[in-house]
Amino acid sequence: MKLVILNYGVGNIKSIQFAFDRLGVTAVLSSDAEEIKAADKIIFPGVGEASSAMKKLKEAGLEDVITKLNQPVLGICLGMQLMCRKLEEGNTNGLGIFDVAVKRFSTSVKVPQMGWNTITNLKSKLFKDISDKEYMYLVHSYYVEENKNTIATTDYELPYASAIQKDNFYGVQFHPEKSGQLGERILQNFLNL
Amino acid sequence: MLTKRIIPCLDIKNGRTVKGVNFVNLIDAGDPVALAKQYAEVGADELVFLDISATLEGRKTMLEMVLKVAAQVNIPFTVGGGISTVEDVDALLHCGADKVSINSSAIKRPILINELSQKFGSQCVVVAIDAKQIDGKWVVHLAGGTIPTELELFDWAKEVEQRGAGEILFTSMDNDGTKEGFANEALAKLSALVNIPIIASGGAGSVQHFIDTFIKGKSDAALAASVFHFGEIPIPTLKQELKNNTIEVRL
Repeated sequence: MKLVILNYGVGNIKSIQFAFDRLGVTAVLSSDAEEIKAADKIIFPGVGEASSAMKKLKEAGLEDVITKLNQPVLGICLGMQLMCRKLEEGNTNGLGIFDVAVKRFSTSVKVPQMGWNTITNLKSKLFKDISDKEYMYLVHSYYVEENKNTIATTDYELPYASAIQKDNFYGVQFHPEKSGQLGERILQNFLNL
Repeated sequence: MLTKRIIPCLDIKNGRTVKGVNFVNLIDAGDPVALAKQYAEVGADELVFLDISATLEGRKTMLEMVLKVAAQVNIPFTVGGGISTVEDVDALLHCGADKVSINSSAIKRPILINELSQKFGSQCVVVAIDAKQIDGKWVVHLAGGTIPTELELFDWAKEVEQRGAGEILFTSMDNDGTKEGFANEALAKLSALVNIPIIASGGAGSVQHFIDTFIKGKSDAALAASVFHFGEIPIPTLKQELKNNTIEVRL
């Protein structure tokens, strides 16, 4: 199993790498196109501001590399959002793998949403052995709208897509690497795909 | 629904937990990594590590500790104490900390909050505020609560939100150590004033105090140290009681 974590200068990469260590898999950090293409599985991390993250992704020359991948790719948090079409944050154009918009929560709720919330309507092998309404750890100010690729829903201000899947591309808004044993189970499920 | 969070706070000096910690089944109560793992297992939602080392050597040890915690603990954690530059934060996040908490350095140089939120994102910037009531006014203090400032709690809270803080950790010095409950009136006012999460700190002594701070104080999270470290309030019991009182928690 060759697991690569995309290294483009953003993200809590260390935590993700450690989570896979706990599962007994060594994840390699890489921004090298050939190494990424040759991997069995790829993690697309991201935290921070969307437009600067997208800029770094382009500077690293990874924009086209990612969209053409055929092996399983898991976008986490901002990594998931960058796979979408349009992000309200910084008026950013995403990779467009998912034809859906990313919007900001309104001021009717506290922003960012910070903490543990449930995931429901689970529809993917990614959630094997995960029960409906289990808690995952989330920290975000923007959300992916419910769409035809939704594989998990979370409610905060409104029901939104907390996980999405299209072909080999998977995205989770929550941080599986910080969501206790159940989060680790989801990472293991990704490795088992 | 988003749950309320329970956050044990560990004071760290030269890489070791200080304050008495009396944990059953723990061989080395001074080992922050073992303690953190135990807290994660019993259902703590997050952890805060506060570095009270006064020396440069102690700070370096802190980075090593952060690395070890990140390697072994699968819940989020915040590191605070002695952080004053973008470089300090970069090093901590690089070692796997999820958030950092700044206090005196933000008072001395408020633009640090802007710098950190722009570079790393608001989600990892916690501003800790220590305050106590003087002549009916909540006065912000710095340097671990030893020096009063000109700042008033509610004005400062609004300012840190505008500068990009992702969360506020409010410690009422009047309540801290009393075990008589959190400063719920001030907490509720804070929660109505700003639109970022508020962590209540100072005064936890009973399960009822946690119920009160979530209902009356409108707090998003509650932080405590001794009641957890000495096993006075086991976290599973606390969370079950919160749930019995219709407060959303992760069980």
